[in-house]
Amino acid sequence: MSADALDGRDHLLNIQNLHISFFTPAGEVKAVNGVSYTLRKGEVLGIVGESGSGKSVSVTALMKLLAYPGRVVDGSIWFDGKDILVQPSREMQKIRGKDISMIFQDPMTSLNPVYTIGNQLIETIRRHSAMSNSAARQRGIEMLSLVGINNPARRMRQYPHALSGGMRQRVMIAMALSCSPKLLIADEPTTSLDVTIQAQILALMKKMRQETGTAIMLITHDLGIVTELCDRVMIMYAGKIVESGSVEDIYYRTSHPYTKGLLDCLPQNSEERAPLRPIEGNPVDLLDLPKGCGFASRCDKCMKICLRETPPDFLVGDGHVSSCWLHTVQNGQDGRGNHHGNG
Amino acid sequence: MGTDKSDRGAAKTEKTLLQVTGLKQHFRVAGERAPLKAVDGVSMYIQKGETFGLVGESGCGKSTIGRTILRLYEPTDGVIEYDGVDITHVNMKPYRKRMQIVFQDPYSSLNPRMTVGDIVGEPLDINKTYRSKKERYDVIADRLNLVGLNTEHMNRYPHEFSGGQRQRISIARALALNPEFIVCDEPISALDVSIQAQVINKFIELRQDLGLTYLFIAHDLAVVRYISNRIGVMYLGRLVESAGADELFTHPAHPYTQALLSVIPIPDPKMNTRPDRIILEGEVPSPISPPSGCYFRTRCRYATPLCAEQTPVMQEIGAGHWAACHGLNGTA
Repeated sequence: MSADALDGRDHLLNIQNLHISFFTPAGEVKAVNGVSYTLRKGEVLGIVGESGSGKSVSVTALMKLLAYPGRVVDGSIWFDGKDILVQPSREMQKIRGKDISMIFQDPMTSLNPVYTIGNQLIETIRRHSAMSNSAARQRGIEMLSLVGINNPARRMRQYPHALSGGMRQRVMIAMALSCSPKLLIADEPTTSLDVTIQAQILALMKKMRQETGTAIMLITHDLGIVTELCDRVMIMYAGKIVESGSVEDIYYRTSHPYTKGLLDCLPQNSEERAPLRPIEGNPVDLLDLPKGCGFASRCDKCMKICLRETPPDFLVGDGHVSSCWLHTVQNGQDGRGNHHGNG
Repeated sequence: MGTDKSDRGAAKTEKTLLQVTGLKQHFRVAGERAPLKAVDGVSMYIQKGETFGLVGESGCGKSTIGRTILRLYEPTDGVIEYDGVDITHVNMKPYRKRMQIVFQDPYSSLNPRMTVGDIVGEPLDINKTYRSKKERYDVIADRLNLVGLNTEHMNRYPHEFSGGQRQRISIARALALNPEFIVCDEPISALDVSIQAQVINKFIELRQDLGLTYLFIAHDLAVVRYISNRIGVMYLGRLVESAGADELFTHPAHPYTQALLSVIPIPDPKMNTRPDRIILEGEVPSPISPPSGCYFRTRCRYATPLCAEQTPVMQEIGAGHWAACHGLNGTA
């Protein structure tokens, strides 16, 4: 695995065959089941999936923030030439916030209510650099004005409760970018925000990406947001990547039945009122994963083999990978062994 | 907005099921002298069999309107007429059967200690609509069937169901007493995308089969367009525009509606880079101390001094298309 990781030199992140389970009293909840992908420097990758698809858990592992009873059962995570899974926690503390930083979904709970904004910003900056308090304060103020916060010096003295949701999310972004990370993980960064504020935050993230060249992993359930921000997309279902490719691949050359289902059940923003085609059934039970393809029970194109064997990854286009048995039927292609990487 | 005829949204017709005129809902807030104006003079109507969509950002008062219409809150001012009767101050008991609500969160709106059968049966118990246990059972079974569940589910508890199924249980409960009108307060926001479509289809199917009228409150604009006949757009407690669903989306007149529609993220990459995107600066002002005149003027790129002085009234700018903006008269 290590040779594999060193192979792609411009790969910032290389995850291979990642398995994560939660060992609960009810049994082993298999949240992530064999996920492999890579991320280039400066790339923006979207991870799309519904609740329970494993999209958040897989990045939590990458930060080594997986909480008990969760555990990485198998696989490897290489970030910037380091094997994350064997890093001692002291080393991880240096990586977190400096090389990899994260924006969470809920800006209301991800800031500490009893410290001022300035306090929290300065703490992050000083933790990872040798700056003096006043230099760190200056840097904090710069970051706040960079993310479009008016009167940043005053905001530094305020507590989180004095700020609106959109403002707090800007503070989170400022904090995440304050140490110029190589990778920014944004876990549903706009889900709890209103549409007009969401538009502001997405515009800000685009601008930040251009100015800082930070690689971004954007976790979301909204395909519209992915299109807006990302270069590449991975669609996850039941702890697996079912399809990955460019934004155009996913939208115009949709290959996996689950991705098709996801797109079909969105109301088109048009005068047509064709009935929505929902994906019938309910998400899989991660405690009791079915044999074969995880999506088989809800798939309208399910074949016998789907219930028996896990589909391999098929390369269906340049850098476009889909894990579905249909592709053998469609073109007799045997593309086993491709991973959802950059090709 | 006053209660004069010009801002009533439209004249009352035979088919009007619900008419709201100059509705205000103010709340007292601890430590504040001024009230929080959650709804501040809204006039609208809903016709029988129609779905009226209400959109707006959080805190714009859309949910408050839904609850005030059902008199879950006592309105501060204004008139609510239901089926031709002024219900602003009457005893609601007879109307509860006819007007129901489905809440946003299917996790907290079902009592975890009651079985599904009892949850759906409770409205029947309260209104004593059955003579025998058999009759009660039959009604519950029927409502569960309507929403795609069955009698086996009757003895189970809410925690045994997924989010989408729980929302179906909420709908079955709302349907228990054969209502005519249902307030759907963000009924799909808490659900996953693939499950949302199931629930939307169910709402549409029930509307057709049972002749229901909906007030559909949501912030997902594409969903509201899909399900609604007419849509009202709210900003800071006021209705700023209302029109037929497609008319509103194709010819938005109010600057706020224009901005709101322009920033919906669209999955289609070709459609995504819209040159006409309007990103509003700043945030919604506090409903405790809203700006003078037009509430939207602080974020409006067309605002003029007039907008600070006078509150624009709703005017009809096309058939059934109403908007409240000074700019429509060329004065801004």
